[in-house]
Order: sequence, then C-alpha cells, then structure tokens
Amino acid sequence: MSDREVIRLELTRHPWLPNLGNIDEMLASIGVSSVEDLFRDVPPAVRFRGGFHIGRPMSEEEIVERLDNLEEKNSKLTCPPFLGAGACPHYVPQAVRFITSRSEFYTAYTPYQPEISQGLLQAMFEYQSYMAELLEMEVVNSSLYDWGSALSEAVLLSHRLTSKKKILVPSSINPFHLQVMRTWTAGKGMEVREVPYDSRGNLSQDHLERELQGGDVAAVYAQQPNFFGVIEEELEFLTESARKHGAISIMGVNPLVLGVLRPPGDYGFDVAVGDGQELGLQLNYGGPMIGLFATRWDGRLVRQMPGRIVGLTTDSKGRDSYTLVLQTREQFTRREKATSNITTNEALMALASLVYLSLLGREGLRELGEEIMRRSHYTSNRFEEIGVIRPLEGEFFEEFLVRFPLSYGVVRKKLKERRFHGGFQIGEREALFCVTEAHSKAHIDSMIETVAEAM
Amino acid sequence: MWGQASWDEPLLFDYKGKRRVGILIPKEELNAQTHLPEKARRKGGPDLPELSELEVVRHFLRLSQMSYGVDLGMVPLGSCTMKYNPKVQEVSSKVTEELHPLQDEDTVQGALEMLYQMQSWLAEITGMDQCSLQVPAGSAGELAGVLMTRKYHEDRDHHRTEMLVADSAHGTNPASAAMAGFKVIYVRTDPEGLVDLRLLKEVVGSDTAGFMLTNPSTLGLFEENIEEIASTIHSVDGILYYDGANLNGIVGIARPGDMGFDVVHLNLHKTFAVPHGGGGPGAGAVCAKGKMVDYLPGPLVGQVDGKYSWSIMPKRSIGRIATFHGNVGNVVRSYTYLLGLGSEGTAMLGVMSTIATNYLISKLRGVRGLELPYSSRPRKHEVVYTVSPALKEVGLTAEDVAKALLDRGFYAPTIYFPPIVPEALMIEVTETESKESIDQFAVALREVMEEAYSNINSVKESPKRTAASRLDYVKANHPSTFTPSYRVKKMREEGKLSPLR
Repeated sequence: MSDREVIRLELTRHPWLPNLGNIDEMLASIGVSSVEDLFRDVPPAVRFRGGFHIGRPMSEEEIVERLDNLEEKNSKLTCPPFLGAGACPHYVPQAVRFITSRSEFYTAYTPYQPEISQGLLQAMFEYQSYMAELLEMEVVNSSLYDWGSALSEAVLLSHRLTSKKKILVPSSINPFHLQVMRTWTAGKGMEVREVPYDSRGNLSQDHLERELQGGDVAAVYAQQPNFFGVIEEELEFLTESARKHGAISIMGVNPLVLGVLRPPGDYGFDVAVGDGQELGLQLNYGGPMIGLFATRWDGRLVRQMPGRIVGLTTDSKGRDSYTLVLQTREQFTRREKATSNITTNEALMALASLVYLSLLGREGLRELGEEIMRRSHYTSNRFEEIGVIRPLEGEFFEEFLVRFPLSYGVVRKKLKERRFHGGFQIGEREALFCVTEAHSKAHIDSMIETVAEAM
Repeated sequence: MWGQASWDEPLLFDYKGKRRVGILIPKEELNAQTHLPEKARRKGGPDLPELSELEVVRHFLRLSQMSYGVDLGMVPLGSCTMKYNPKVQEVSSKVTEELHPLQDEDTVQGALEMLYQMQSWLAEITGMDQCSLQVPAGSAGELAGVLMTRKYHEDRDHHRTEMLVADSAHGTNPASAAMAGFKVIYVRTDPEGLVDLRLLKEVVGSDTAGFMLTNPSTLGLFEENIEEIASTIHSVDGILYYDGANLNGIVGIARPGDMGFDVVHLNLHKTFAVPHGGGGPGAGAVCAKGKMVDYLPGPLVGQVDGKYSWSIMPKRSIGRIATFHGNVGNVVRSYTYLLGLGSEGTAMLGVMSTIATNYLISKLRGVRGLELPYSSRPRKHEVVYTVSPALKEVGLTAEDVAKALLDRGFYAPTIYFPPIVPEALMIEVTETESKESIDQFAVALREVMEEAYSNINSVKESPKRTAASRLDYVKANHPSTFTPSYRVKKMREEGKLSPLR
C-alpha cells in the first residue's frame, strides 16, 4: 500500500499550513521514509479511510461571500429586538472593539507565564477591581462562562461548605439560569425549592423564613432585578435569615443596575453572581457572555472560589506585578479535589467589560442607568395608554412584564411584519419586554403604534 | 535582540482626572417618571475613575504591549494547541453578533444554518452520530459528558460510583468526574507510556461508570490498545469518554467514534482555531454515539425542507449546560476556519501537526540535560521532555527553562505537566508554525540548556527582557498580603482589613 492511498496529501499549498512544501525534508530530518511511519502505532482497524464533506478549501473572498450569504438569511430588524430574559441589546463603542481586537490580547493564552503577560494580568486585575467596586465585594474571579454556570458554581460552593442539599430560589428566577443550575448540580443531588413572590413581584419574606426553619438549607438565592424585571425592594432580611440558619446567601445581579441600585456587598451577601454581557458585549446569539463571581472577604468562601484569580505582588526588583493566585484551588494541581473543573474562562469578554466601564466611569454608569430607566418607563407608559397593562406593580429597570388584551402571538406577528422583534413570550397574553439605550424614541413610538394596530 | 515593552503604566484607579467621560450617553427628550424604591437605591455611586477616551485607549494599548500572543511569536504550550487564528475569522462575527438568543427561529436562519453545518461537520470529523454545541468550553463539555454517563446508568438502575481516569490525564478529567459526584480511580501508565491494560482490567468492575481518556495522551502517544480498552470498558456496560483536547494530532487519521468512544468533547479553541482570548472565551462541542445521543445537552438544531430550528431535544437530555446556545460567536469562527481548510485541509491537520512535533524532536536530539521519556514511540500533537538530568547535574528546573525561553522571545511550554514526568516540558508547536520557526525554537531551547551547563546563575536570573522579572508568590498568596482587587489594597492601606481567615 503506498502512502498516498492511506494518507491523502492532495493539498500542496495553503496559507494556514506552511509546511506542505517541506514534508520530505522534515521527514528526512525525523529519519522516517514516509508519513505512514509516524502513524505506525495506529491500528489499521481504527484508521479513517473516508473523506470529509466540508467542501474544497475556500479563498478568503469566497469565505466572506459565504458569511455575507448567511448574514442575509438572518432577518434585518428595524432596531434591536425588545428581548431580554438574560441578554439585552446595548451599543458597543468602537474603543471596546478596538482594544479587544489587539492580537497581544486576543491570541494570548491564560497567563501562566506572568513575567511576559503583565499587561493582560493587570487588565484582569482591573476587571476584578472594577467589579469589586460595583459589587462592594472584595474578591472577584477573572470570569466564569455565564450567569447560569456562575450560579451553579455558587450552589456547589454552598454544598461544599455546608454539606446540605436544599437550595432556595425565588420563583421569579430566570428559568434558563435555573435549568443550568439543575443540570450542573445533578451529580450532588441538590434539592431546589421555589419561594413565591407577592403582587408587586417581590420575594415573599414569610415563605423564605418558613423554608429556612428546618436548618437544612445550603444556600438562599435572590435575583436583582428578578426575571420579570422587578426590582427587589427588600433583601436585607434575606442575608440576615440566611446567616441565622447557617445558609450561604447568594445574590444574582445584573451589574449594569449597580450605578443606581444597592450592591450585594451592602446587603451583606456571601456570594454574588451575574453576567457582564450588558457591559460592553454584543448579543452574539447568547454567547460568549461573562460569568460574574464574587465573594466577601472571608477565607472560608475565598478558598472555595472557582476559577482564576489575579493578584497583586512584586517582582524581584520590587516593582508592582500581577500573577494568578490561589492556584492550589484549581484542577491542574488539585484534580478531583479542585473547587471546579473550569479552565478556559471568558477573559477577553471580561476585558471588553472593563474597557466599557472605564469609558463610562462613575457618572457615566449612573447616567446610562437613568437613561435606560427613562426609556423603559416611557415605553411602559405608552403601552398603558393603548391598554397594555403591567400585571406586576413593582418598580423595574429595563425589563417589564406586560399583559395584552389579546393573544401575544397576534401582536408578535404584526410586529415582525414591520421588522420589529417583540419581547419574550411568558404566557398566552403576556410578554417580557426589554428597552435600553439601544432603542431610540422613534423606534419605541413606532413599535407601540404597530402594537396598537394589531389590537 | 528581543525585548518586551515595559511601560510603568498605573492602574486606572490611580489616574487623577475628574469629570471626564469616554462615551457620550445618548439622551432622548422623554417625559417619563421613574421612582427607585428608597430601600434599593444606591447611596454613593461606585468609586470608578472618570477617564477620557484617549486615556482609556492609551492605557490598554500599553497593557497590550506587555502581553504576548500567537501573533507575536510561538506559544508552544502543550495540550493547548495554540495555532494561528486566521484573520478572516474576525469578519465572521457579523453572522451572530446582533442576534438575540431568544429571537424567533425564522429570523435567525443564517446562524442556525451555520450551527447545523457545524453539528454535522464535527460529527463527521469525530465519527460520532450527533453533536451539541451548547458547551462553552472543554471543561463544560467534560461535565456534560460525565453527567450523561451518570444519567445513562441511572436509567438502567446501575449503581456506578467510580470514574476511571488515566494518571496522565488533564486535571479537568478528575475535577469534572468529582463535580458529577463520582469517585475517581486512577489508571496507571505502563513503562511504554500507555494505559496499563492489565491494571485497567483489574480495576474495571461493577462499580465502573466509565473511563475518561485522551488519545493521543498528554505524552503525545497514541493508545495503540484502544480497541481492547474500549471492549474492556464496554464489557461492563461502561462509557468510554474522549477528552478532545488532543484531537489535533489525529484529525483525518483516526476518529474517536471508530475507536469505540461513546462520548467526545471538543475544544474548538484548540483544534478548530478559535482564538484563546487571554484565557477565553473558547467554544466547545459534546458529541455522542449510539445510545448516548439521547443524553446530549439540548436542544440541537434540526432541518426540515431547508428550514432550520431548535427542533431536536434528545429524549433523555441532561438538560441545559449553558444559559443559552453556547459560545455561538466563537463557533462561527471555527466554521470560518473549516471553510478555509475545506475537506482536504482538515484531513491534513493530524499529519501536519504530527510532522511538526516529530521534526522538533529531531532537532533536539543530543541536547545535554534534556531527556525524552518513552523514546521509542512516535509522538503526535505534542511531546513531553524532562530536564531531570540537568536538575541533578546543575540544578536547572523546568521553570528555569521556561523563563529563559521568554528571554529569547518565545512563550514557554507547559511545565510540570503531566505529573507522571518530573521536571516536565510539554511542547506543542502545531501545524501552523513554519519549519524555520520550529528550527528557531529548537535553537533557543538548545541554547538555554547549554547556558545552564556553562552559567546556571544567568539562567536562574531570567527573565530579564520581559516587563517583569520573577515574582514573589509568597506575597501574592499570603493571607496578610493577598490582594485580588484595588478595593482590598485600599482597605488594607486604610487599616480596614484583617488578614484573610
């Protein structure tokens, strides 16, 4: 059997395979006569003799044409969708794109060699520091995958610390986060109990207190704002009750609201989780996102933290320097005793969030929060004018639940005819709408008029 | 001579400006009242610096110059597959970046078509029946795989408590198995560097849930007894799991599905060229064969009459592993990469990466102090050396070698891994490095080893040409000096923070 029958060497030149023209001399240096010799340890029965069906190699022009073609198959919308439920549309400044396109950042690996990676490490330290300020919590890791996985990790942490299995979550939790948490914790047999909400949409204190009585709760979770967009008005009782009953308190929070709303550290939460997507990231059809994870200054919690943490130290010349710290928690040293299996995280997205936040600054973040609230409330008022009500009275940030007098399916269809994408359907006549600074007044007005026509 | 930029760049928090902003917030004239509940209102905003756009850009550009990626030079990190990321990939984000994950399927047909094609291409490349792209990276793929294994056994009323893991495995394997509630049993490597078959047969039994294996192994060796390993695991109805971190060495040569693997995870940021982003985001896939398809995380993209939708929900799915559909914005980068390689280029990955590894080995023959364990077997995607001889003779450690390579303008290999090789240098050059660039790396490594024997102190002082010299890890990790944020630094300076307890 000749080489060419076994191993196909049909390609002679390719921009990403520089050594196609050097095969013979490289084999000579290795000291084998054919490529086949390098695979003599692969049993014949498992050798792949078929071909792939990807097509012939495309030139860059052809690739771009194919991508354009795919892009055209997506609907062109008049303005970003009025969808939230875990990811919200925002404008991403050019400076963010520019910085995250720097090759030194985006083609780097996790900074295992700190001396040559100080810039990246400083940026990660700054990301942790910005989030620490927003959250008023001391220790932030340099990102997990997304909110759902961050919540899962927090629950697993609470299980390791308390050896208990019951988790209390509000029934106003984002259902996608809940599904992820159920999947991730299935191996530990965690039992999830839902705590109902009142007519305003706020977490029921009485129910929570009752559930905690048994003393068998590992963690209590609150989400701010909750899935229906409602701002939880009272959360202090939650951290107090959790502490009293030996449970870990976890706050899920959209960090964008923290320019105007009280941070988890101020309430005394043990752990904060969330997603940084709303701070400088595109929607990306739902990923990559940024799993946010923070704890307060307590060694018990910090030593159980999942993920990479960057810390400040000095080098041998006494200069401030940065490095990965507390690595004995991680999988490559601790293996089955590690605090998590996570390795690859969302560092570049964390960098994007950091750049975005550094452009906004303190007042910019507050102003942005206020502008978003003005637009969402304007939209809600316009809905009310045409007879679309808010079934939950509680105050909201950018998302709010609305009830239509007719099937939402009809409204949704009408909106789509005008190239608007309506909110996320919750029930037959209810939907969750999200309005941000990415929705102009003209678009909001036009969307409302379209809804009115459908009615 | 190479030297890294060394800006004395302050933290953003140490910038002094006030009343500056880097983005103008758009303001609409709207008549709308908002009433934040008093108890939930933030008192005193977060203490963030206020900077101009130029200050921000300059700060980060300076930081970028103190960082190192594949576009600057070789990153020969073993098991990380740091191949070149073709620039056309960056155009591909247009297919996904403006799409919301909950949009109606008829409005995202382009993205779904791309995902559907990726599902089927990756299934073909791995020899599996079906792939889910919901896993955001390799570890999440592993977790999905072990949870699938767990549910498979639960469905059959099997009581399986043990997950077998090779002692040469990536640390993520035992960590994932433990997260899914399994007890980890290590299977030792035999004197040839392969899974010890005799031992495997001894430990496999009625408690065995499955075996997590990477092939080629972290030593870069192909497990030639793979068929017997598979039949041993299958003889007790165990699940054979493929850690795809090392797939690059055999793409086009052999497929996990044909070797008897039941579940596979892929790291698209390794084999399929998603840029690593300084630690992430990556993208992943978890693929299954036969009876295991029913357990995949879902939903998956299906196609009927040219219309794509999330129509396939595996019957016994473990559920959702990511909040939405995984890192789709990166899956499209891999898709772009595969378009450029085509069938023929893709089929060459295993050959070309294996040639690169063995070529490097040929260039490192006879280097004093550098020893190649299990030297009789050809390597695939990577090779592991030990500098144990040099440690005994002149006190050179693997870490010293790493630091000295930095001074020569290269990133360092993975060091001290796998743990079964002392003073290990784990090197993966990948097929995208030219022959000359491999030559240069070999020369650099040879020089480092020679310098160790002529002037060990000089090696111990490296790196000297990077932005920082060797760091104080005791200070970095000590409870009274541990500083993971500016907030901690400030509070400690103000005497408001006790040591971490």
